[in-house]
Amino acid sequence: MSIIQVQNLKKSFGDLEVLKDISTVIQETEVVCVIGPSGSGKSTFLRCLNRLEEITDGEVIVNGHIISSKTVNINKVREEVGMVFQQFNLFPHKSVLENITMAPMKVRLMNKDVAKQRAYELLDKVGLREKADSYPAQLSGGQKQRVAIARALAMDPKIMLFDEPTSALDPEMVGDVLDVMKQLAKEGMTMVVVTHEMGFAREVGDRVMFMDGGYVVEENVPEELFSHPQHIRTQSFLSKVL
Amino acid sequence: MDVIRNAFPYLMDGLKVTLYIFVIALILGFIIGLIVALLRLAPIKPLNWIAKSYINAIRGTPVIVQLFFIYFGLNTIPWISMDKTTAGIVTIAINAGAYFAEIIRAGIQSVDSGQAEAARSLGLTSTQTMRYIVLPQAFRRMLPTFTNQSIISLKDTSLLSIIGIADLTQRGQIQQAATYESFKIWLMVGVIYFIIIYALTLLANFLERRFEIR
Repeated sequence: MSIIQVQNLKKSFGDLEVLKDISTVIQETEVVCVIGPSGSGKSTFLRCLNRLEEITDGEVIVNGHIISSKTVNINKVREEVGMVFQQFNLFPHKSVLENITMAPMKVRLMNKDVAKQRAYELLDKVGLREKADSYPAQLSGGQKQRVAIARALAMDPKIMLFDEPTSALDPEMVGDVLDVMKQLAKEGMTMVVVTHEMGFAREVGDRVMFMDGGYVVEENVPEELFSHPQHIRTQSFLSKVL
Repeated sequence: MDVIRNAFPYLMDGLKVTLYIFVIALILGFIIGLIVALLRLAPIKPLNWIAKSYINAIRGTPVIVQLFFIYFGLNTIPWISMDKTTAGIVTIAINAGAYFAEIIRAGIQSVDSGQAEAARSLGLTSTQTMRYIVLPQAFRRMLPTFTNQSIISLKDTSLLSIIGIADLTQRGQIQQAATYESFKIWLMVGVIYFIIIYALTLLANFLERRFEIR
């Protein structure tokens, strides 16, 4: 069953048209990796899926809500769509545990003990239980990103959006974060991942979208897209990164 | 020494008036500043315009003119009747409010936009995001400038002696007139102000360390 439908999505910043005409459908439990050169609009596309960017034109339906409509309660939609950022964006004035329990307590009005219980389970899942009382500044980049994933998971999202989750990490930290994401994919989470990790896209992705110049130039199962890219721009991009 | 011993209790009563006015004006000024800063940043043009006009009007005029306008000017309006102390508090609060508004605005804008994005992506409303994520971080950063403005406001209260409020400065004048000991009296008044302000600075340093982002 499809959980995200995008129809003729356009996004402009002033006169600059970043997304020109995007249409795609993402199925439940599908892992879609979005690749492409910088400036191709892949992050903007991702941010349109939880309306961190206002949608200029077109229709976007996420988890049954028409989020391109002005009247939709976007906060309700976002409760079920987790997001992980390149720069982690952990709350520096809150402990790791508080980072994770905050949204369930403030948005879902979850009881504190229940929220803590759940936070510890999630910290176990990302392998950071012993960091519960640390502050973000005391963590390494890889640890921060894993806490950020736990924070997003605390809302029990149906969909997880990843915006270049490993691009700001030291190389030796990348593996830990990708492992957590692989585990999530295995458990059946619907994921949209903007990434430069071609290995991850090939191994974990059910489908890879190649974006360039505000369009989806080509999309296919990873094996096909990486081995037999059809479009010349896909070929030239892959020849540079692989 | 007799001059000092005689004047001291009298000046301390004045200090009480100074601190009373200062504390109330500071609290009111902070509330005004917070509201004006939020209006200034609101996505509604007329509200920005009102906030900006207020800030510019206050920054562009001397405190003493503001005081005269509020105490003498506004009091000519039939349904307004303020005593000196109220007028004094209102003046200092309105004046500090404009500067606080700019300090708070700068503090809010200094918080990385990724913080608000992360909070919104979790489903928090814009109000919750402001309250739990942006403002707590902004307040920590504005503490030093906030202290600075508080000290300026405390010193501004000495101008209130002009409309006859019996604050530390006014009582210094009275003691000086009674004793003709200008040197000793004004030195003493200065030292009292200095001690209070120095204590405030120490308190601010303590708070800064206490609320440091770990």
